[in-house]
Amino acid sequence: MKKFVSFLGGNVTGALNEFGGFMLTLIEGVRALFSKPFRLNLIFKEMEFIGVNSTIIIMVTGVFTGAVLALQSGKAFRLFNAEGVTGAVVALSLLRELGPVMTSLMIAARCGSAIAAHIGTMRVTQQIDALEVMAVDPISYLVAPRIVASLGMVPLLSIIFNLLGILGSYAVGVMLLEINEATFFDRIYAYVKSEDLWNGLVKAAVFGVIIAVVGCRKGFMTEGGAEGVGRATTQAVVVSSVTILIADYFLTALMF
Amino acid sequence: MIEIQDLKKSFGSQMVLKGVNLVIPDGQITVIIGASGSGKSVLLKHLIGLSQPDSGKILVSGTDIAHLDSYHIKNVRMRFGMLFQDGALFDSMNVYENIAFPLREHRRMNEEEIRLLVAEKLKQVNLPGTEKKMPNELSGGMRKRVGLARAIVLNPEIILYDEPTTGLDPVSSQSIDDLIVSTQKHLNGTTVVISHDIRATLRIANKVAMLHDGKIVAEGTPDDFLTNPNPIVRSFLDPAILHAKLPSRKS
Repeated sequence: MKKFVSFLGGNVTGALNEFGGFMLTLIEGVRALFSKPFRLNLIFKEMEFIGVNSTIIIMVTGVFTGAVLALQSGKAFRLFNAEGVTGAVVALSLLRELGPVMTSLMIAARCGSAIAAHIGTMRVTQQIDALEVMAVDPISYLVAPRIVASLGMVPLLSIIFNLLGILGSYAVGVMLLEINEATFFDRIYAYVKSEDLWNGLVKAAVFGVIIAVVGCRKGFMTEGGAEGVGRATTQAVVVSSVTILIADYFLTALMF
Repeated sequence: MIEIQDLKKSFGSQMVLKGVNLVIPDGQITVIIGASGSGKSVLLKHLIGLSQPDSGKILVSGTDIAHLDSYHIKNVRMRFGMLFQDGALFDSMNVYENIAFPLREHRRMNEEEIRLLVAEKLKQVNLPGTEKKMPNELSGGMRKRVGLARAIVLNPEIILYDEPTTGLDPVSSQSIDDLIVSTQKHLNGTTVVISHDIRATLRIANKVAMLHDGKIVAEGTPDDFLTNPNPIVRSFLDPAILHAKLPSRKS
């Protein structure tokens, strides 16, 4: 029993320390954003990496997520002659949950890992020390641009995911399951509200910040050469993915 | 002048610096030698504010930099240049971008002025025409030279070298030694070298200090050092004297 309590206490303390570290990174990153110099070039470069270069993978994931949702729900609704609502169900699922969550998980895997690996490598090869020695604030140079880029790009990618998801569901629902096209769209107009989109975008923005902060923090805390970089990269993906899912629950409870 | 007063630093229960006292004179090359694990690199990190001591002072021209806030330490760092052990070049940038980096951060210069200055610094470190190479295309010695060009591009008053000849062949080591001496003459600044290379130390140093078990156990000119009877110094010097003829000093 004593061992269990000690184990539990250790884990709770560790988790709280980790959370405190993420919050500190976020606060320092935001503070750096409002101090000179403003690093617009770096922000655009990160936007290209996180946003533009992720577009294809988000499009493919979006199409097939929408398609599989339409296939499953369309067949189920057909059992009680309600297949007309397939489009609305898929659209609501995408806008409220799957769009922001799936997009963020994909970006966490693709970009969160890369952020941790890049900063981690810089840490173990003394490039971050070199920045500091040259009187350049590493938070301003490495963290702040990534927070802004991720905050801006994940919601945009989420919109693309939603659009392509609805297109995928249309292809499966209307063309494959032969749901009436007018009913398909009519139900979407009837049930989907603009706040579904806006709330989903707010979620995506929060998840974007989580991806950047976790990736940067894990990179900064890297120790121990190549093995340490590998560990930081894995942890960045695992921690940001789990945090996104936990945050999703609380945001959903607050919004809907 | 840099004055280190009773500097102490521990990591957990391990005390690495146990009260370091050392004066680093202006306009000279001071080499701090010591075996691996003696605390040399930790001491160097304190000199530039990358580590905070538990107690003690580091006076740079009379200002204690050991406990400065991030804003003031930045201003102090503008007076320093540092060559890291492996160069610490930004691997996402080519040689030109690496050397231009401090200029872009701290000077208002147009691209042509930057280009000229980068070319001049590359010539100074005997690497002209390598602007477009990426760090992974450079040998260890070349990376250190590019690192040195980046460290001196703002003409710092104080240059720190962290094990500049570690991992290099004897020819490259000697060329780095020559560069340290020529850079010192060119900038007329203060140079601090951390090393365990006794041959290079005796060749380039104006002052030698030996760090052992977290304390300075001997200091003086290279000639004083060669005749120092301290057993710790002897155990460091004698194998080098026995196994090789010590090199003549650079004039």
